[in-house]
Amino acid sequence: MKTIIVVGNGMVGYKFCEKFIAHENSKNFKLVVFGEEPRAAYDRVHLSEFFANRDAKALELASLDWYTDNNIDLIIKERVTDIHRDKQTVTTASDKEYSYDYLVLATGSAPFVPPITGVEKEGVFVYRTIEDLEDMLAYAEKIKSRKSNGKAAVLGGGLLGLEAGKAVMDMGLEPHVVEYAPKLMPRQLDARSSNVLQLTLESMGIQIHTGKATNRILGNGVITGMDFGEDDTLEVDMLVVSAGIRPRDELARTCDLEMGVRGGIMVNNKMQTSDPKIFAIGEVALYNQMIYGLVAPGYEMAEVAVNQILENHNVAMQKEIDMSTKLKLIGVDVASFGVPYMPADKGLSIIYENKTKGIYKRINVSHDGKTLLGGIMVGDAGDYSILHQMYLNNMPLPDNAEELIVGARGEGGSAFGSAMDLPDSAVICSCEAVTKGAICCSVLDDGNETVKSVSKATKAGTGCGGCKPMLTDLVTESLKSLGKTVKNSICEHFNYSRQELYDIVKTRGIKDYDELLDTVGTGHGCEICKPVSAGIFASIYNETANKQETIQDSNDRYLANIQRNGTYSVVPRVAGGEITPKQLMALGRIAQKYDLYSKITGGQRIDLFGAKLHELPLIWEELIAEGFETGQAYGKSLRTVKSCVGSTWCRYGMDESVSFAIEIENRYKGIRSPHKLKGGVSGCIRECAEARCKDFGFIAVEGGWNVYVGGNGGANPRHAELLVEKVDKKTAMTYVDRFIMFYIKTAQPLQRTAAWLEKLEGGITYLQNVVMNDSLGIVSELDAEMQAYVDTYKCEWKEAVENPEIRSRYTHFVNSEEEDDNIEFVSLRDQKMPKEWV
Amino acid sequence: MISSTLEKYQTVAIEDVKVWYKAALVNKFPKNGGACVKYKEKQIAVFNFTREGNWYACQNLCPHKMEMVLSRGMIGEENLEPKIACPLHKNTFSLKTGENLNGSLGAIATYPVRIIDGYVYIGFSE
Ligand code: SRM
Ligand SMILES: Cc1cc2nc3c(=O)[nH]c(=O)nc-3n(C[C@H](O)[C@H](O)[C@H](O)COP(=O)(O)OP(=O)(O)OC[C@H]3O[C@@H](n4cnc5c(N)ncnc54)[C@H](O)[C@@H]3O)c2cc1C
Ligand code: SF4
Ligand code: FES
Repeated sequence: MKTIIVVGNGMVGYKFCEKFIAHENSKNFKLVVFGEEPRAAYDRVHLSEFFANRDAKALELASLDWYTDNNIDLIIKERVTDIHRDKQTVTTASDKEYSYDYLVLATGSAPFVPPITGVEKEGVFVYRTIEDLEDMLAYAEKIKSRKSNGKAAVLGGGLLGLEAGKAVMDMGLEPHVVEYAPKLMPRQLDARSSNVLQLTLESMGIQIHTGKATNRILGNGVITGMDFGEDDTLEVDMLVVSAGIRPRDELARTCDLEMGVRGGIMVNNKMQTSDPKIFAIGEVALYNQMIYGLVAPGYEMAEVAVNQILENHNVAMQKEIDMSTKLKLIGVDVASFGVPYMPADKGLSIIYENKTKGIYKRINVSHDGKTLLGGIMVGDAGDYSILHQMYLNNMPLPDNAEELIVGARGEGGSAFGSAMDLPDSAVICSCEAVTKGAICCSVLDDGNETVKSVSKATKAGTGCGGCKPMLTDLVTESLKSLGKTVKNSICEHFNYSRQELYDIVKTRGIKDYDELLDTVGTGHGCEICKPVSAGIFASIYNETANKQETIQDSNDRYLANIQRNGTYSVVPRVAGGEITPKQLMALGRIAQKYDLYSKITGGQRIDLFGAKLHELPLIWEELIAEGFETGQAYGKSLRTVKSCVGSTWCRYGMDESVSFAIEIENRYKGIRSPHKLKGGVSGCIRECAEARCKDFGFIAVEGGWNVYVGGNGGANPRHAELLVEKVDKKTAMTYVDRFIMFYIKTAQPLQRTAAWLEKLEGGITYLQNVVMNDSLGIVSELDAEMQAYVDTYKCEWKEAVENPEIRSRYTHFVNSEEEDDNIEFVSLRDQKMPKEWV
Repeated sequence: MISSTLEKYQTVAIEDVKVWYKAALVNKFPKNGGACVKYKEKQIAVFNFTREGNWYACQNLCPHKMEMVLSRGMIGEENLEPKIACPLHKNTFSLKTGENLNGSLGAIATYPVRIIDGYVYIGFSE
């Protein structure tokens, strides 16, 4: 048996293993892998996600068991220190020696730290490993405990630097990005797009300093600032250096493999170094005189090396490596492909710029107008995948190439046709190198009928996920071509969409989940179809979550939001945000009695956190006695209707927004819907209630109310669209009644009104016709259903505290009165909070 | 402290049961749902999978964030494998083998359950 030693268990080293064991004749080899980091390979591309979830496991590419199960010896926390080419052995930091038949160097790269005076100071970090992130997080906490306005700078305004900028912002520090070049992302963007990006980032709160050469890091042992010369300084408490990468070629150097002048191990198109027994792949390999700082070329190199070692000699590296990139900076779309910008004698450019919306798009076309050479998109990269494919596959351009970026798109037409027009050889998933042909075959020939199963079979979409939209299109279109309708079936237990299930429950009068499963489902259900069904039963019968408690989602089951440590929060309804001093005192008294952390929410009410399960009925009993009722903060139902003070107090008010908000909130409270619903009522167009960020909003104007629908804050903010202008209160309410009912009947599970309206064919015009002109002939039904909701509302917490059977669900143990001894609180500014997660 | 909490929970195979602990009346457990049982220093989540006609028990501790919450999760089935979804982040575990089905967390410990005369008994090896 021959031995292959892989040095480096990073993304590419791991991919080598994965691809290797997939081959039949790999059984004749033993794989031994060394990794210097304290854990097995993880997804560095999504490293920044660690800030949000602090979950190293979630980034893992494969568990330690995976290596054992596949007979790979993975030795982590062990650095290889020497290669002895003559004996074909390596030695490690702990002085052990191992021999190899083939050696694969996948040592990646290290962040480049420019030799600036003072970079060694405390508070200066690089951004490459989970440990780097942990150190940064700990340091940021330290800064924040000292002062409330800590600042962090990132040195380098490239792809990674901007990602780091967003990360330090998410850590709660004031973010600054310092770039030496006169523009951001100098390699990928032209000056104008870079400017648009800069404006957008600045509006997000990231401060950008371009054209700055850092001379010195200031501070006495600990960083306090950066010096740009000529009295130009920036005070910062922390610095993240992101000034490029350097290949980790030190091993190759000491054993005299051929190197590039500026570093990197030279390889040929077989990924072989100057020693044919030694291969180099990933960010350490210098191919075509280039280091490729992206994961897709690294994966391709792994594939080539695997095949070369297994003697499939015809698999070699292509000449041209695609360096197109899409930035995954949450909040701004940025992408560039092909040749992003060029002088006019090389090609013609079409540029669309809209500074007010922060959008810039550029495509470069050959002089004869026939081929796409490259392009840039900032602010809206929705068409990136298809343009990128047109470029990669040399596809003919439409006569009016400008349609590719401005085009008749908005009106429903698309200049591109569909993803199906791509040639079969088009690589759709570049991480896993899956072609359009392979994806379509997986549907047409292998019988896969869902994106999930195609993904599983082909691995497409399992890497960075950027190809998901196109993958979905291809699966959908292929299914259509087979004459199959594409099912949005909710899970393996129901071959129906939510809308279909809704109709089934309604028309057949199905009463509970078990009956539904027995009549139209299979098996015993799961955590996906149970809550969806619970929502449908609630919408149709207006039943509370108490009735079928075990099919409710976590929060609905106990009528409270579960918190980080398994305790719950309590949110009474405060309609329209109006609350009397007496009610405030009652809340204060009860919160104090049960030692609950108290906070004013973003929805104009008060949230009391840290209640143990058995305390919930006790607390609610007291709240109900004080006249409160549940605020359904846990349900997919109406949350709050936010109001401004309106004409009752405000000198500009056109009408009484508070009164209207209270009326509306009480009207819709308790109604279960596909996702939560929020409303807003503003007394004039100054819009202090942010009604246009809500699912429905009313704004008082001269002569009546303007009604807006389909707005959203949250993850993907969208302004609501105008449904109707200047109508009286009654009319406004009727239209919103119908809008809500229509949404409840037709939306997908967990689809907010904004996403629903965006997908609704015909958009707002269609909706206007349904709710105002009765184009579907259903408004009398919608009106009756809404009235039935309003008439049958009950406070489910009142029901719970009064019913002994329901009340008995609120104990931690069935066989003991004791409390959960695993819950620990720590103190926080005179209140308490859950102990940190480890 | 956390890892020692986790170590308290080791799968018990039916043949290794030394103690059948009488936990509570059958009707204390919701249909197709779970509840938590205290046994010495342990918290055990017990599920009444009525649709399948089976009972299952596992540690109440979710290995993801080390919270005692699994009994409040939702049970279900995936490719015929009975499973529990944690109420906090919906990680799912097989109720038979304890294996994490949608990720690479460690397996949770499972325990045998017996129903005698309307009472739920859980099997422990000590
Ligand atoms: C408490 C509160 C934060 C605060 O301290 O201010 C909050 C807390 C939570 N929000 Fe929120 N949101 C709160 C206002 C908001 C707002 C602001 C608003 O309503 O004006 C938004 C943006 C507006 C919007 O929804 O369009 C908001 C957008 C979200 C989202 C993203 C929704 C989206 O469509 O993208 C989620 C996630 C989800 O629902 O899937 C979410 C989910 C959550 C959950 C329920 C997460 C969870 O399941 O545990 C948090 C529950 C905490 C708890 O246990 O009480 N929360 N959340 C606010 C409660 C308002 C209230 O009185 O009910
Ligand atoms: C924050 C961040 C975001 C990124 N975003 C993207 C993106 O959006 N798209 C994209 O395509 N790419 C992105 N990248 C780049 C991508 O992560 C790299 O291209 C990829 O990780 C390279 O893989 P590799 O295996 O060559 O190197 P690495 O993943 O760095 O792995 C090399 C491993 O070898 C180990 N090692 C080195 N020397 C030795 C030794 N002597 N002995 C033992 N072990 C050793 C190292 O510790 C390391 O674990 C990003 C990188 C970062 C840091
Ligand atoms: S309260 Fe809302 S924004 Fe804040 S952490 Fe929870 S879900 Fe995220
Ligand atoms: S704590 Fe259970 S899934 Fe996160």
